[in-house]
Amino acid sequence: MSRHDTIIIGGGHNGLVAASYLARAGQSVLVVEKNDWVGGAAVSRSLYPGFTYSNCSYVSSLFRPEIMRDLELPKYGLQILPYEGGAVLTQDGGYLATHRNHDANRREFARHSPRDAEAYDRYSRDVMRHCRFIRPLLMRTPPDPSRLRPRDLGELAYLGRKVFEMSERQIYEMIRFWTMSISDYLDEYFENPVIKGYLAVSAIIGTALGPMSPGSAYVLLHHYMGDVDGNVGAWGFARGGMGAITQALKNSFEDAGGEIRAGSGVARVLVKNGRAYGVALENGDTYMGNRIVSNMDVKRTFLKHVDEDDLPGDFVRQVKNFKIRGSSGKLNIALDAAPKFTALPEGAPMYRGDLHFTDSIERMERAYDDWKAGHFSRDPFQDMMIPTMIDPTMTPPGKHFMSCFVQYAPPKIEGRDWSDADRDAFGQTVIDQIEDYAPGFKNLILHAEVRTPRELEAEVGLTEGNIFQGELTFDQLLFNRPVPGYAQYRSPIKDLWICGSSTHPGGGVMGAPGRNAAAEILRETRGPNQISDAYAVF
Amino acid sequence: MPSFNHIVIGAGPNGLACATKLAQTGARVCLLEAGAAVGGGAAGYEFAPGYPTSLAHILHALDTRVISGMGLESHGLAYVSRDLDTVALSEDGAHLTINGAALSGDGAKADRAVYEALHAKLSEFARVLAPFKALTPPRIARGVGNPMVKLAQLGWGIRRLGRANFREFLRMILINVADVLEDDLSDDRLRGALAFDATLGAWLGPRSPNSLILLLNRLANSAAGKAAALTLPAGGMGAVSAAMQKAAEAAGVTLHCNSKVAQILVQNDRACGVRLENGDTYMAQTIISAISPKTTLLDLVGPAHLDTEFLRRIRSAKSRGAAARLHLALKSAPDFRGADLKSRLLVAPGVNAVENAFNAVKYGEVPDAPVMEITLPSAHESGHAPEGKHQLSAIVQFAPHAPKDGLEAARAQMLANSMAMLERFAPGIGKLVDHAELLMPQDIEARFGMVGGNWHHGELAVENMLFLRPTYDAAQYATPLPGLWLAGAGSHPGGGISGAAGWNAATRILSGKGGA
Repeated sequence: MSRHDTIIIGGGHNGLVAASYLARAGQSVLVVEKNDWVGGAAVSRSLYPGFTYSNCSYVSSLFRPEIMRDLELPKYGLQILPYEGGAVLTQDGGYLATHRNHDANRREFARHSPRDAEAYDRYSRDVMRHCRFIRPLLMRTPPDPSRLRPRDLGELAYLGRKVFEMSERQIYEMIRFWTMSISDYLDEYFENPVIKGYLAVSAIIGTALGPMSPGSAYVLLHHYMGDVDGNVGAWGFARGGMGAITQALKNSFEDAGGEIRAGSGVARVLVKNGRAYGVALENGDTYMGNRIVSNMDVKRTFLKHVDEDDLPGDFVRQVKNFKIRGSSGKLNIALDAAPKFTALPEGAPMYRGDLHFTDSIERMERAYDDWKAGHFSRDPFQDMMIPTMIDPTMTPPGKHFMSCFVQYAPPKIEGRDWSDADRDAFGQTVIDQIEDYAPGFKNLILHAEVRTPRELEAEVGLTEGNIFQGELTFDQLLFNRPVPGYAQYRSPIKDLWICGSSTHPGGGVMGAPGRNAAAEILRETRGPNQISDAYAVF
Repeated sequence: MPSFNHIVIGAGPNGLACATKLAQTGARVCLLEAGAAVGGGAAGYEFAPGYPTSLAHILHALDTRVISGMGLESHGLAYVSRDLDTVALSEDGAHLTINGAALSGDGAKADRAVYEALHAKLSEFARVLAPFKALTPPRIARGVGNPMVKLAQLGWGIRRLGRANFREFLRMILINVADVLEDDLSDDRLRGALAFDATLGAWLGPRSPNSLILLLNRLANSAAGKAAALTLPAGGMGAVSAAMQKAAEAAGVTLHCNSKVAQILVQNDRACGVRLENGDTYMAQTIISAISPKTTLLDLVGPAHLDTEFLRRIRSAKSRGAAARLHLALKSAPDFRGADLKSRLLVAPGVNAVENAFNAVKYGEVPDAPVMEITLPSAHESGHAPEGKHQLSAIVQFAPHAPKDGLEAARAQMLANSMAMLERFAPGIGKLVDHAELLMPQDIEARFGMVGGNWHHGELAVENMLFLRPTYDAAQYATPLPGLWLAGAGSHPGGGISGAAGWNAATRILSGKGGA
């Protein structure tokens, strides 16, 4: 039986990124994937005749441009179409239009509150500064502050230098920002509830936090630190759906000599004498590798596919306690025609961006209270998109695909598993909410896929349906991610590595965990390392 | 015109501690108190004839430096209970008794071992953090007079927790308390009690990140010679105030009660005196405010003398109080299904109970089922109620600081919901009530001057701690206005009946560092 240098478990974007880097460095790499297709949560799927769905992740911004360049993704077909902005539809029938362009946004803010328009300059400047601090950290392996190895000390010194590049005042402001709730933070700048509700959105997407939870301001940063074509904070659609990203990765990987085996999941990681040496698939196939890299989340990897006896007890306890509660659901809807929202003028450019109904932080927080109590939100928050307004390749002419990201949806309903009836009730709640703002919407629906954390876990393998493979709170960030002492993509088992979003810097279609893991592997094998240390990102 | 070396505004524990320490150097110190008596949150008053009480009801944070430095024990500080048990009440009478790491009562066995380990770990964290409370917060800058050797020692103390505990420290320092409790413990009574303790006096729920550190902050206190002990002073909190007053007067402090400051006088860009509401003025080289920073800077100084950005930060500093006070005059002793009335009783049946009680106040609403901490001072000694009668004193959480429905309606609702909750745990208690007083955060603000009714004079939250308290440009007790200092709970390390902020401020002033 042939032996690979590296076997990657899971063909999500991070697995494919790690695989491509390693293949380009000359390794023989095999990716094994449980589904018949690769892509993980960045896929384009055909679930209704003629329609392409981005049925999990749906917009792109965070994907690191260094990785796109290194792996030549545009050459393999990737194209990101930026969108300009959207709107918050308010309960009184009005709207707040939102724009990627700062000045346009400012003008629209002024329509709602002249004072907030003034504050917006100050706010953007401050948030950008925090963003600038964090971006270079994304593509670095976190130090282990409990060890004093030269590399850890070096990384700590780097962090220290980065901090002291700021003025004393800016350091204090940063500490405050990292620890505050987005609600309190916005209160320091803005007065208008709709503006605050809109700006708080990025602080809750994907998290098990509400806008009033301390630490939510940091999550905002997590969604702001990406860019499209160098426009920091901008978002876009991948032409052909999010699967275009992973398809480009797949093509790049296969071009570099990589191999993919899709259609059978891993049953077990083979471990002998504390060393991983292969994987046994559910279909009985076995593959040998010098190292095994798991793109699965940390719980799935170590609690389901590794024998507990091969792991230190403390590690198992910490992995069990790793917080990975899902908080979101999704509706993917095929529409017979474009919906008409009462508040928006016909053909308004806002249709081409993200639409929200949550016009105050209080509504958002109440939606979160439902989640805490083990229910899906009765009045949920939605991040709604109609990507076909910009990318007509996804549907037949005149038809549309609508993606509704919904919060909050708990991993379990009052402690028990989701039932089909729960799922349908959840879907109905979302559709009813849309109908309120767009009468007649229901009649346009050709097909709707309703996904709760249960479906997400079943299809993509994300434990508890958490889209970030682990919550983004300080206890699980940087050197704490996924668990203290194992933040450097290694595991307690020799030659078993982790490269998914459970690792630093966390989730979103970013690719940084996969790239960082590959960099660590190449550093250890001392092979030809084509990965530059992306120190100066800005 | 009377002239002093120092004027201290506000004779709460911090003002008293600060004034005393300054006077002990021989300086002429004037202490001005708006109320008729000293003590602030520890001042005694009668909520009904024959029922004396005070805003605070348990003594657990009084700084040992203050106790010994003021000689409080020789001035009358004594305890009727040096180490209160906490009883986590259960509706079925199966109560759990907690004292430090020890559990007893029905079903205490289940969590005993894990709780001991958790308590030991958290106490270790608290132990290495405790010394920071007695420090002027350092600045994150070089060459600004930070006590580098001391800080290095403290930092090394944290590192010396050992690798495993050091990693746990870094992981848990900003974690939410609920996750920690749910990971390790199974007993809802115990989880509820610890969730309650972490959020007592705070504006957050147990599921809010950054809540564990508030539990560490409590564990870092000591009282009557024991770490994290809860005590009841003999004669109630009013007796603590009286002892502090005696100590201040013995040190030579000139104390004026009924002397509300209307304005801090500024000459040549320097604070130089105060004008009282009655028109009297007092002059001094330094003016030290132990009242809320917001009141001090926004009302007493005013925008004319302060930088706009600084004012903006002071203005936006959060000071939401979420604790209400409930006092009941009872015909006879209540029965909490057999719980020892000499302990501290907690009505906090689970993490979710505490979290749900917090949910309401986010929207300015009154919770259906508030959680509470109860003492019965009359069960310990006489003098707290007329002969044969009893007094129940409770802190009830959470109460909205700005109720949507207005204060009157919210207060009535809060009282009704509190009584309903009490009835669940002490059936028949409602019939025993002769008189009830409920203070909402707004009442507490009106009566005690604490902005938002927050007894820390500004929320004690991570983004508001240490060098960020009350804001980073006034965190070393000096304000940007030369001659004006802060010494109250709004400064590091916060409130509770502690005196630490006042003592730290006096130490800083006497060191000659900072300020101008």
